[in-house]
Amino acid sequence: MNNKDLKKVVESALDEQKVPHVKLRKIGASKVDVASLTKPSKETRQEYWGKGLTYFAIILIIILVASIIGFIGFHGLETFTKDHVNIFHFLTSSDWDPGEGKNHVGAAAMIVTSFAVTLLAALVATPFAIAVALFMTEYSSKKGARFLQSVIELLVGIPSVVYGFLGLTVIVPFIRNIFGGTGFGILSATLVLFVMVLPTITSLTVDSLKAVPSDYRKASLALGATKWQTIYKVILRVASPRIMTAVIFGMARAFGEALAVQMVIGNAVLMPANLVSPSATLTSQLTSQMGNTVMGTLPNNALWSLALLLLIMSLVFNFLVRLIGKRGQK
Amino acid sequence: MEDIITSKDVHLSYGNVEALHGISLDFEEKELTALIGPSGCGKSTFLRCLNRMNDDIPNIHITGDIKFEGQNIYDSKMDLVELRKEVGMVFQQPSPFPFSVYDNIAYGLRIAGIKDKELIDHRVEESLKQAAIWKETKDNLDRNAQAFSGGQQQRICIARALAVRPKVVLLDEPTSALDPISSSEIEETLLELKHEFTFIMVTHNLQQASRISDYTAFLMNGDLIEYGKTADMFMNPKKQITSDYLNGRFG
Repeated sequence: MNNKDLKKVVESALDEQKVPHVKLRKIGASKVDVASLTKPSKETRQEYWGKGLTYFAIILIIILVASIIGFIGFHGLETFTKDHVNIFHFLTSSDWDPGEGKNHVGAAAMIVTSFAVTLLAALVATPFAIAVALFMTEYSSKKGARFLQSVIELLVGIPSVVYGFLGLTVIVPFIRNIFGGTGFGILSATLVLFVMVLPTITSLTVDSLKAVPSDYRKASLALGATKWQTIYKVILRVASPRIMTAVIFGMARAFGEALAVQMVIGNAVLMPANLVSPSATLTSQLTSQMGNTVMGTLPNNALWSLALLLLIMSLVFNFLVRLIGKRGQK
Repeated sequence: MEDIITSKDVHLSYGNVEALHGISLDFEEKELTALIGPSGCGKSTFLRCLNRMNDDIPNIHITGDIKFEGQNIYDSKMDLVELRKEVGMVFQQPSPFPFSVYDNIAYGLRIAGIKDKELIDHRVEESLKQAAIWKETKDNLDRNAQAFSGGQQQRICIARALAVRPKVVLLDEPTSALDPISSSEIEETLLELKHEFTFIMVTHNLQQASRISDYTAFLMNGDLIEYGKTADMFMNPKKQITSDYLNGRFG
């Protein structure tokens, strides 16, 4: 039906209208621009645009993520498929010298060091983070909390290379003086990471404490509880799933930190004998060696395997966060 | 009957704004006193003064005399924790902790340092019975208190407040967040308990005040307008403004 016909239909409908008080003609129904009504309006086109734009961005991101995972997975697995390294050997042997052939590709030392550094850093940082968060939410004034918040944001914003540099100039000599040896090792890395994960854990813990309804505080105080009793018997208990999530986020950060760790860990791929012997983490080995290998060779593929391991670990951390989040909702 | 809480010329101001302009009101022991009045008249504020729940509000200034069993509760030597064990409180929103029913009721006892398991068991049962929620909870004391309905949660909160055996329980609009059936159940609970404990209840619901309270205090704009036996006040209000309010001419 073309516009002329449509107009005719409208006209005749107006002539026939039996409800006299609805004066369509007066409000200019006959002047209705039928052409513009039958075409999508400007707003509709904007709608299409906006929708299209978000879809485009999402598809791009999905392709990007899929290709990153695919690329790392492909090269990481080549060590086992093409170079025939035994996967069990890779995970349990601490003999790391991929240039020497497939029997010298063992990542156990790095895996152990990575986990040791991560766990120790989280273990040291968590009590401090909870204390700072409690101070910010329960004790300090709003002004003080805002000030601390900006300090924490500042700590997050400092580039990791600066932390590494500080660690190298301050912590390593300090440890060398106290424990002897080189000063490089897990202890130094733990201390550097402690400062780096502290703000992460703190700010997430602050969020979790703020999410505890103030009704609980009032109810507890009204029952004759002291402030501290309220904190450790109600607030921390209610917030604990989310605090656990905060700790795991901190651990994910510690596990993935490369540069700062590389600067203080010593970079010797050895099973750590103690906390002050030089060692290497998965990430530090990647950063220090990636420039020294040729694409497609076993040493290079072995590094990709380390990357794959890191990827899997970050998935595990994500999964843990989800799991604890779900538990907390119950 | 004796007065358990007495207040004399209580002024309270937030910053420069005075919210209570000198309230003198005595509460009888083992009776239920209702505080009524239009929104913003200061009745909840006044209620919170009675166990010092206003203390944490910044810029608050309270003068006057509030005595609990003859002791000035705003005295610097007053032990806040002890006071709140004697003067408990139930809030408008049911606020059980997200723990088991048992842990909720036992909370007040445990923080008071009671470790005797038998005593706690006994008190939990007794308080739940007093709050008329024992039937619903006795078979699932381990269940999360927040899994119960709103009215049940509020009765769990009442039981939690009763477990520490307070002398006075302050109720801040305990039924206004509940449906009519749950409200009437709470009312029944209070009616049964009102001669074992002293209740002071803020309510918006005039019918509720007339149904369950023994004494009523009418507050407006931070002043106490009229106070007396509920029956007398509802039948023969002494002041015109009280009569107007009770008859719904404003508020």
